[in-house]
Amino acid sequence: MAISDLLGGFADAITPVNLFFALLGVVLGTAVGVLPGIGPSMTVALLLPATFVLEPTAALIMFAGIYYGGMYGGSTTSILLNTPGESASIMTALEGNKMAKAGRGSAALATAAIGSFVAGTIATLLLALVAPTLVDLAIGVTTADYFALAVLAFVAVATVLGSSPLRGLASLCLGLYLGLVGTDVLTGQERFTLGVPQLSDGIDVVVVAVALFAVGESLYVASRLRKGSVQVIDHKGSWMTREDLRRSWKPWLRGTALGFPFGVMPAGGAEIPTFLSYATEKKLTRHPEEFGKGAIEGVAGPEAANNASAAGVLVPLLTLGIPTSATAAIILAAFQGYGIQPGPTLLTTEGPLVWALIASLFIGNVMLIVLNLPLVGLWVKLLKIPRPYLYAGILLFASLGSFAVNADPLDLVILLVLGLLGFAMRRFGWPVAPAVIGLILGPIAETNLRRALAISDGDLGVLVDTWFSRVVLLLALLALVVPVVLRAVRGRRATPEEVAREQEEDREVQKAANREGWGA
Amino acid sequence: MSVVVVGYVPNPRGRAALEHAVAEAHRRDALLVVVNSSRGDALVDEEFLRGDQLRALHDELAASGLRTEVRQPVRGRDVAEELSAVCTETGAELLVIGLKRRSAVGKLLMGSAAQRILLDVECPVLGVKSPPREG
Repeated sequence: MAISDLLGGFADAITPVNLFFALLGVVLGTAVGVLPGIGPSMTVALLLPATFVLEPTAALIMFAGIYYGGMYGGSTTSILLNTPGESASIMTALEGNKMAKAGRGSAALATAAIGSFVAGTIATLLLALVAPTLVDLAIGVTTADYFALAVLAFVAVATVLGSSPLRGLASLCLGLYLGLVGTDVLTGQERFTLGVPQLSDGIDVVVVAVALFAVGESLYVASRLRKGSVQVIDHKGSWMTREDLRRSWKPWLRGTALGFPFGVMPAGGAEIPTFLSYATEKKLTRHPEEFGKGAIEGVAGPEAANNASAAGVLVPLLTLGIPTSATAAIILAAFQGYGIQPGPTLLTTEGPLVWALIASLFIGNVMLIVLNLPLVGLWVKLLKIPRPYLYAGILLFASLGSFAVNADPLDLVILLVLGLLGFAMRRFGWPVAPAVIGLILGPIAETNLRRALAISDGDLGVLVDTWFSRVVLLLALLALVVPVVLRAVRGRRATPEEVAREQEEDREVQKAANREGWGA
Repeated sequence: MSVVVVGYVPNPRGRAALEHAVAEAHRRDALLVVVNSSRGDALVDEEFLRGDQLRALHDELAASGLRTEVRQPVRGRDVAEELSAVCTETGAELLVIGLKRRSAVGKLLMGSAAQRILLDVECPVLGVKSPPREG
């Protein structure tokens, strides 16, 4: 029974050690959420080496806290500086910053934080309810089905994230290739090791993730470090009036309803539901004249959506072992580091761990709202750190962490080479997430494929033997084709006014994104 | 035309420097160049003037009846470099800076912008800790 399991989870999560790591996680998460250019995925990647010394429960609780905290922190900079800390907070900047300029910054911060709390709590509850049911369904999943699911995740992540499907797919292939390096598990053959003995164990996931996220990003930031600072708008006014609350609670719930399913879907991510939530609130609002000038609905909805999707992402991760975002992929790597294979059996074999993780999400949510609202000023102070110091520190940590994995200098060379690759990807607009997901999920998908083929004696028909895999592979095909078709159709159908309006919105988003150099 | 240069930041020590500089510029009938620079490498720099603060400074300078100029260089260089660059360029007669009380250890750890300015700048430097006394 889910409820008693969850209560057991609370009992585990409330131990002082786990509480401490939850607190550490949410504090770190908020900090990296506030700092533009440093996201939860980079932070979790940098902290992966910590899993060598920490207990699994403590480490995973900390990672989940970072993941949730990042979603909270991003809103603060969006509202007060018009500089989204995370891509999921771009929409918050549109209305939130206008509210702050109009002297209602406090209300915007409050609706963002409380909305995140409400959405996070509801979505975590949904996670707790959905997970056991999904696991029951997933237990009958065959290796071929699992392969189909992985294909769906690959294709969806590659085509939906990032600026173009082609770049996404290219990035995915790169990740899959890096995943191939090493000794083939089934036959013992060495693949792509170039005769280097250290490579026969494969390239460590930690090194690749740190290289692509931390080193690549740092080099990118350094390459276009813009001189000049932005103005912080004071947060003034009352936190929340009754009127604000009346106008906020529906967008919170609608944002949650949009965000959670998108998080669950492969490649739903947190960006799309925030865009959708913003569009929905704009349509449904009774104050259309306020949109573009600081409508509270435009902050409440997207902020709820991005937190709900963060919880949603954990559903496929914990029930199927399928990561649907970069951070989830790295959390999966952490599981693997402990020799735990996420998948349908996770909830049965590692039940206490998973329930403690879910319980800690509730606790983390409470910590986050306590940390965020009264301490806004403190978080903003973080932005006064000169960026060269910040990125120098990140590079130091990245090298230290990568070296710590095997204490092998070769890892540092790989770190640098892949870091340069990450920089090039960033520079030419290749999304990094598909590469990381390909790297981590690729070997798992390969094992499942080869097992399925071994059972069927090499008959490819086994891949479409069950209805489940047929449907999933069809969805994967659709995920590949639909964005391309949509693009073509939309190009033809739009009227000049529509185009003008869309361009206007695009410009706003682009402006917000460009400020920190994301090619949105 | 003689020139007085002042390094200004929006805090008590910057105010003190500005008030001294205004008085000195009156005395010498000089052009007052107010320098408010930022290295520009942090996302937020509270010492860099903008918006209301900048307008207030302009108003105040206009009210002083002096000929003034405000420069806000953001070139990734620190305040000592910016000030000495401005002094050299304008051939300044006097540079006014505000000083912060620092312990020896604090100076060892953080370095001292004032010390660097004293060593770098050619012209006389007036270092102040508090505003000029009335009268």
